[in-house]
Amino acid sequence: MKRNLSDRKYVINAIFIIVGVIFLIRLLYIQVLDESYILSAESNVLRKNTIYPNRGLIYDRNEELLVYDEAAYDLMVIPRQVKQIDTVEFCMLLDITDSAFKAKMHKAKKYSIYKPTVFQAQISKEEYGYIQEKLYKFPGFYVQLRSLRKYPISIAAHTLGYIGEVNKKEIEKSRYYRQGDYIGKSGIEKFYEKELRGKKGTEIVMVDVHNREQGSYRNGRYDTLSEPGQNLYLSLDADLQAYGERLMQNKIGSIVAIDPKTGGILAFITSPVYDPNLLVGRVRGKNFNNLMNDSLKPLMNRAIMGTYPPGSTFKIVNAMVGLQEGVLREGTYYSCYGPATTPIRCTHDHVSPLALKEGIEQSCNPYFWNVFKSIINNPKYHSIKESFNSWRKHVTSIGFGSKFNTDIPFELNGNIPTSESYDKIYREGHWNALTIRSLAIGQGEILITPLQLANLVVIIANKGFYYPPHLVTAIGTKGNRIKEFNEKTETTIDPKHFKVIQEAMLNVFEGDHGTARWAKLEGVHICGKTGTVQNPHGKDHSMFIAFAPKDDSEIAISVIVENSGYGSTWAAPIASLLIEKYLNDTISRPYIEKRILEGNLISRN
Amino acid sequence: MRIRANIYKNIDWITILFYFLLVLIGWINIYAAVYNEEHRSIFDLTQNYGKQLIWISTSVILILIIMMVDANFFSTFSYIIYFLVILMLVAVLLVGKEIAGSRSWFQIWSFSLQPSEFAKFATCLALAKYLSTINVDMSKFKTKFVSTFIIIFPALLILLQHDTGSALVFFSLILVLFREGLSGSLLMIGVVVAILFILALLINKFILIGVLAIIAVMIYLLNRDIRKKLIWIIGVFIMASAYICSVNYAFENVLEPHQKKRINVLIGKEKDIRGAGYNIHQSKIAIGSGGFTGKGFLKGTQTKFDFVPEQSTDFIFCTIGEEWGYVGSFTLIILFVGLLIRLIFLAERQRSKFSRIYGYCVASILFFHFAVNIGMTIGLFPIIGIPLPFISYGGSSLWGFTILLFIFIKLDSIRLELL
Repeated sequence: MKRNLSDRKYVINAIFIIVGVIFLIRLLYIQVLDESYILSAESNVLRKNTIYPNRGLIYDRNEELLVYDEAAYDLMVIPRQVKQIDTVEFCMLLDITDSAFKAKMHKAKKYSIYKPTVFQAQISKEEYGYIQEKLYKFPGFYVQLRSLRKYPISIAAHTLGYIGEVNKKEIEKSRYYRQGDYIGKSGIEKFYEKELRGKKGTEIVMVDVHNREQGSYRNGRYDTLSEPGQNLYLSLDADLQAYGERLMQNKIGSIVAIDPKTGGILAFITSPVYDPNLLVGRVRGKNFNNLMNDSLKPLMNRAIMGTYPPGSTFKIVNAMVGLQEGVLREGTYYSCYGPATTPIRCTHDHVSPLALKEGIEQSCNPYFWNVFKSIINNPKYHSIKESFNSWRKHVTSIGFGSKFNTDIPFELNGNIPTSESYDKIYREGHWNALTIRSLAIGQGEILITPLQLANLVVIIANKGFYYPPHLVTAIGTKGNRIKEFNEKTETTIDPKHFKVIQEAMLNVFEGDHGTARWAKLEGVHICGKTGTVQNPHGKDHSMFIAFAPKDDSEIAISVIVENSGYGSTWAAPIASLLIEKYLNDTISRPYIEKRILEGNLISRN
Repeated sequence: MRIRANIYKNIDWITILFYFLLVLIGWINIYAAVYNEEHRSIFDLTQNYGKQLIWISTSVILILIIMMVDANFFSTFSYIIYFLVILMLVAVLLVGKEIAGSRSWFQIWSFSLQPSEFAKFATCLALAKYLSTINVDMSKFKTKFVSTFIIIFPALLILLQHDTGSALVFFSLILVLFREGLSGSLLMIGVVVAILFILALLINKFILIGVLAIIAVMIYLLNRDIRKKLIWIIGVFIMASAYICSVNYAFENVLEPHQKKRINVLIGKEKDIRGAGYNIHQSKIAIGSGGFTGKGFLKGTQTKFDFVPEQSTDFIFCTIGEEWGYVGSFTLIILFVGLLIRLIFLAERQRSKFSRIYGYCVASILFFHFAVNIGMTIGLFPIIGIPLPFISYGGSSLWGFTILLFIFIKLDSIRLELL
């Protein structure tokens, strides 16, 4: 009955074989069929390090360095890899509180537990050395080389703009950015972001379980090289910019200087200004808030965001339109009865009747009321509306009322009223030259930016055309000029009409009764026009436009000093000093300079 | 003299080939597991692969000694060897060095020796000796008792060293007892008990008992012959139910926390890929990422960068799986199963009962190591720290397995002389 025991070898062999087969099936499953393990393995050991390229450098027109990069270090965290670290030691290392640690970790986890997040941004070189030494104790953390913007001469903060961490919207808009990346937030940094940023590279490194780098993955086969950002060459003149900023200290306002031959902006000044180095690194947040809350709005670039009525400077525009429309001639005389004149009185003391040249030179309000009236009541047109639209066409052709859309972000349009807007206010057919007479002297609904005003000067200097005002002339190398900025834009005003205007503006400096004769510069023929802009909110704005030399002009400039009174008091001498600085590179009138530098026109309420 | 001249002819070179293939595979993968750029020399004695070379060469010396010793020595001195090893196991408890929670090592100069590795062949010798004596019959209680004692005694001593894995190895000898006449139903009961144990942990005990009740009723209804044995069915059912209830209690109160955790992770009750589940998770990733053909020699990323713990010892299979892929693991499993079947074949051709039983002991122990070690790396077994024979790094284990195997090869080589 009892079976041969040696048959049991089959049972035992069967057990061996069954176990072997089970293993083979199981291994087939996890090694061949289930690919998830391969993915787990890759994420286990591969770390994608981003190689941030250096951002492009920014030079001025004389190749003086304005912005460069300085090495900084970001402490990154991959939350998934953080395990069992001594948080007390870690907090001491970084000098942060436990709750700050928790908050930062929470924020990082909320973004992604797999992707690296900036834990502590912009660690200095000294701190970096100290932290790096102990970092091996804290798996999940590593240091990423970054760079910070540095401004060797702290000028043109608004023009250059600043960079900051990308926000959610920016990440969504472009796949290039990851959390913690920097992006140009304003100014040139914003507009030329693509050129400046270069191209990020990635380096895939293998890390062991302690988060230590073990070398490149497959000899760098999957690495991509970073490409440094391109350098920018500005039309800006650093010396002129710095000098302008000095002159504008303790004043609110703006200066725009343009090279009429190219449209390149020579000086782009807004005041109050701030040191661009304030908005760099970890102090940025705090400083930004301080600037943000400052009642003088130092963050606002008044050169493009400040909109002002052009005041008397606009008389030139009306003269241009009048000449072009044929309702005004050099020899057109109008009478002025001084303060008794209606509907607009004159504040200046001069001969009467007077011709166009004297009208400009002495900024006679009644004269330009008559000019404006003749434009609006031009018999050539069938209706007031039609003649107004014609006026508006000329005015907008010089760049008023719209953006130039070159390379200056956050420009404002300003405002040139439309006939429709007057229809709305006064009802159609119920308005005429008298109703809108403020436009005759650049007041009323009309608003322009200092940049647009400077462009007007360019047009006058060029006798009827301009190149769109811009900041950057070349990208990469100095010779690689941006073509679209070299396109000449014609206005609707015929060149022949500018002769008389230029001569009249020369008289503003050089005539016996010129409104800026005090700011005259020996040896240089400067053409200018004062403006005293009535300001319902306070003291008048002092405004001045000028270009020089009269023939073959090299600089066109607009100056606005808010709430400082007459155009001739502040804006004119500032313009004169800047022109001298630019053309002669010396200041021959230290007494004027001293008065301007010492002038403190800021009253904080 | 005539017979002696034939020894080399009678040596089973196939088994020896298996042995050296496995040792070679082992060494290559130990090299790969601990390889780093700074230590490239294969003779670098500061590295495990350098040391393993020493263990391999000394193993060859051990082999030569074993082959030269008179074969009768092993059967004659088996009890004495057993006794000496028991003494060592006691001694290590007193003067041993504690490594990783186990007091199972003798420290001699810079090398450590683990007596439990030698307890295996000694126990095999003693068991073979006892079972081969005349008048021993597995059906007798005394035989069962003495056999069990021979097996359990060293196992208990090893358990006292907190080396649970090595202690469990001895239970594999139940296969030997089975071959020698232990009732097959006892083996079956063992399997059923193990299955019930796992089910009891997984499933609510009331549901499980309910299912068992249904099975019992079905057996009763469907099987006419068994109806007379109603009392048996009820008895087994009650015992099973009581067992299920006690399992939970035992699990909670008898097992140590880390053991509970390991079992919970294995049966999927706990997903803890950081703590207890970390090793098994990483081990599966390493093996799984090998794919069909593997990442190539020295190209494994998981094992090399320390994600897998104990990579040159207990988890050496991860390196094989990762670098050589399914092809590599397939080869290794075929080699092992081939060796085991070869050993059974050799055992069955022995004329001497002692040799046969010893052969089965060798096969059983190697099988247990193979099954548990690979089973744990691929997540089929809880983590029990025992080495993969001939492959894992370790002097004691390589020596132990070499002695274990080559005593049998020696016995086999003179099988014609022995009666």
